[in-house]
Amino acid sequence: MTTLDTPDQPSPPSPDGPLRPDGPDKLTGAARYTADVTVPGMLNAALVPATIPVGRVAAVDVSAAVRAPGVHAVLTAADMPDLQPLPSPPLGHGSLPMRDDVIRHEGQPVALVLADSWEQARYAAGLVGVEYADTAAPLAFEDAPDETPASGHAFWPTDASVGDVEAGLRAADVVVTSDYGTADRHANPIEPSATLAVWDESGSLLVHSSVQALRLTHMTLAGMFRLPPEKVRVICPYVGGGFGAKGYIWSHTILAAAAALVVRRPVKIVLTRAQMFTLSGHQPVNRQTVTLAATRDGALTAIRHHSTHPTAREDGYVEGATRSTGWLYACPAIETRMRVRRVDRPNPTAMRSPGEGIGLFALETAMDELAAELGMDPVELRIRNEPEHEPMTGLPFSTRTLVRCLREGARRFGWERRSAEPRSMRDGHDLIGWGVAAASKDSIGALSSARISMEADGRVCVETAIQEIGTGMPAAIQAVAGPVLGVAAETVRVRHGDTLLPAASPSIGSMSALSVGSAVELAATRLRDELEAAGGLEGLRAAGLERLEAEATWDPAEHMREKLSRNAYGAVFAEVRVDADLGQVRMSRCVGVFGAGRILSPVTARSQMIGGIAWGCGQALLERSVLDTRRGRFRSKNLSGYLVPVNADIGDVDVSFVEDDDRRVSAVGAKGIGELGAIGVAAAIANAVSHATGRRMRELPIRIEHLL
Amino acid sequence: MRAFAYARPGTLEEALAALREPGADLLAGGTELLNWMKDGIEAPRTLLDITGLPLGEVAAAGDGGLRIGAVAKMSHVAAHPLVRDRYPVVRESLLQAASPQLRNMATIGGNLMQRTRCPYYRAEDGTGCNRRVPGSGCAALESGDTSAHAIFGWSPSCVATLPSDLAVALAALDAELVTVGDRGERRIPVAEFHRLPGEEPARHNELPPGELIVAVVIPPPPDGEVSRYLKVRERASYGFAVVSAAAAVVLDGSGAVAGARVALGGVAHRPWRLTEAESALRGVPVQDAVAVRAAVERSFAQVDPPPGNGVKVELAQRAAVRALQMAGGAA
Repeated sequence: MTTLDTPDQPSPPSPDGPLRPDGPDKLTGAARYTADVTVPGMLNAALVPATIPVGRVAAVDVSAAVRAPGVHAVLTAADMPDLQPLPSPPLGHGSLPMRDDVIRHEGQPVALVLADSWEQARYAAGLVGVEYADTAAPLAFEDAPDETPASGHAFWPTDASVGDVEAGLRAADVVVTSDYGTADRHANPIEPSATLAVWDESGSLLVHSSVQALRLTHMTLAGMFRLPPEKVRVICPYVGGGFGAKGYIWSHTILAAAAALVVRRPVKIVLTRAQMFTLSGHQPVNRQTVTLAATRDGALTAIRHHSTHPTAREDGYVEGATRSTGWLYACPAIETRMRVRRVDRPNPTAMRSPGEGIGLFALETAMDELAAELGMDPVELRIRNEPEHEPMTGLPFSTRTLVRCLREGARRFGWERRSAEPRSMRDGHDLIGWGVAAASKDSIGALSSARISMEADGRVCVETAIQEIGTGMPAAIQAVAGPVLGVAAETVRVRHGDTLLPAASPSIGSMSALSVGSAVELAATRLRDELEAAGGLEGLRAAGLERLEAEATWDPAEHMREKLSRNAYGAVFAEVRVDADLGQVRMSRCVGVFGAGRILSPVTARSQMIGGIAWGCGQALLERSVLDTRRGRFRSKNLSGYLVPVNADIGDVDVSFVEDDDRRVSAVGAKGIGELGAIGVAAAIANAVSHATGRRMRELPIRIEHLL
Repeated sequence: MRAFAYARPGTLEEALAALREPGADLLAGGTELLNWMKDGIEAPRTLLDITGLPLGEVAAAGDGGLRIGAVAKMSHVAAHPLVRDRYPVVRESLLQAASPQLRNMATIGGNLMQRTRCPYYRAEDGTGCNRRVPGSGCAALESGDTSAHAIFGWSPSCVATLPSDLAVALAALDAELVTVGDRGERRIPVAEFHRLPGEEPARHNELPPGELIVAVVIPPPPDGEVSRYLKVRERASYGFAVVSAAAAVVLDGSGAVAGARVALGGVAHRPWRLTEAESALRGVPVQDAVAVRAAVERSFAQVDPPPGNGVKVELAQRAAVRALQMAGGAA
């Protein structure tokens, strides 16, 4: 599997640190992604999706499809093998695909066409006739009642409170209360989801799959097909973007493995772009209400933050929108509440940046409204409410960098030149506005292992199962291992993306760099100690040894035993230009300053934060999936109708980090960084638009119709 | 996608003969036709690649105007000196369309053959669209959210708009399409080429089967005319217009409008010339935004947007005012 290896001749290092060892292969197209992999005898599969949101499959007519050129078989629910049911999570949808005749959402697979080529399979899929019965109007978000979530997706207390909010409201000089809305959004990675499943004669399952979580995929397939884990292997060196769409195990992966078992040939499924809109989750529309109360000097006396969103009826996803409200600002009384409404739609999922990315749009816009009410600078208001310990729980912080991020960001942005009055800055037709918001994300970890070896000639190789999702994990691994062993980082070879290698973190929840980085640091330290005991490379060679090897596992449960509030922080400053007549908004400038523990790889950390700011800009100004509530389906299931930012939308971006090194979060000193960059951006932009226009923006994305 | 044959006719006559065969369709840049094939909108049996025909020339016409060959690439036309110097609105409409990669492939004729971007027309299964499946309804109108749809010339059967930027610029300049077919050569004004939906939304334009576009001709611009294109869009690049406006203005010595031509995009299933406004603009000082706005409003007296699209009525008027003032050097 040469595709797992980084090139033998790495690129020269940049002035800021090592470049990505995987870069040349990606740029030249040599890097192989799941859909690129073919094996002898392989069949290509195309899904037949349900065209109704609620009902039952009465009949499936496959007669025309099976006669189409190149078609080998058409499978329906009747052909599916018996599988062990599992809940969501780990499944994306809380029921097995093609398990029965019930339609639970539009786009649900009802049949599977297997053909020699993908084009033949897709053409024949269009010839499958599906007859439905018991169809009904879908229940929409607006019509469904709030419920306290009870699914396995409620990872946190849905209701949390401290102090007496009513007393806090009475004690306040100023109270602001508003409703905030965010849109349905789809992750839309460039690489569509894909799985290739191969069974061998001994009943072992080999799966190539574009996934954010190799181990979760591995264990889920083993459980579902009732196999011992050693009979399942999952390979995924590279993921062409995931953003949450590939975090859980979605139907195409199960169907590929099931179909391959049924027809006794390898089966590959590559989702179409339209299918990505229903079979890989989405970020659900959220409605939030925030109440902030403060005394005249800006000290918060009460915070109330409620959220609700639609979710699937079975094992529905729960968005943790209100969580960071418990740790961001000093306040004697805080009440947070999360609700869901179970409706007829595909299951949402965690999409970059879940929870805080939605919740801090509301909270940080409310803080801007409070600052305006108080006539106080919004940076100053935040600094005044800096807590000494986590307000909701009283727990100490591991490290906290919010105030430093705000001060450094204000300096880099030139915030002191801001004219507080709305509509006071103008350039021709453009109104100019400046806005600020805080960012924060909790730091969590995942059990991760790494094996590291040194040859007698000094060559170092790190092996870990981590999937490289585009964030630059191989570069981060090099940057950790090199200095510990005293070798140039860019000479460290990294093998990754295969469950035969030591198990590693999923690429979700901003966990992978801190978790895998810690495992690599521990393994490299162990190897260094062994090498020293052996008398170095000289001693190794003198003893006739060819190589030394060490393996280590980092266990977050062990490392994070101490009860602490562990979070990464940031401050985002945005400048927007709003055409006063035409309502077009463009982000002309953005400064992001982040405190995310030790920065393992400056190059990849910086580019991830730039990407996060672009992502947040999309959330603020462009991204919106419209659900046609009458038809229970997303309206534009393509990249022409679903807008994400292009280069021209992103103005000058200035990213920097404040000094931080948090060994109480991880052995390597890093905090969760991946999703941090996309948090707070939408609020900073919305606050800037409000500053530019004098109109408060509480609904995302901000559209021309909001500004005319 | 159904399997299909591919052919490269060597002459225009060969192409016309092959085009008469059932299931034949023309392939130029492929940036739109291939979308239709992948989305199941069209399933041609034979593709006739006409990019090798001598239809790619951009040249001065005998009357002082310009003739643009149908298979000239968008990027080539945008960069052409005659276009740049005499028809800036055409250049701007091209450069604000699509992406550089698409403009390097897409042709002028193909651009005008674009079909609507209505999400229901483009849906993977084509349900709820009279334009796609006659009689299946207009899901856009039924949904109540018509913000991406027409305000002029729509019907209960279809509220789609035309996405072409180029067509808006050409309509403002009174350009014509030159087509050839069994009946020989015909000329069709660009402003009348695309059909309003009426009760037959599935008929997109006035090009009958067996006929093909060979060129676009633009008359010579009046002395002193300045033309500009304004595209209002959600994304700064690579996005279809919410509304757009093409304006061509001649000023007299005092800065008043001596002649104006203006067309809107994104408001109907054809470029929408504001003829009443054009008359009313004569003599209006172009610097006077209020007076320009009052003239523009003449063309909106009868506007009847579908439920859910009132915002576009206002935005379209503002865009027209801005484009006129840009062309008049006042914005």
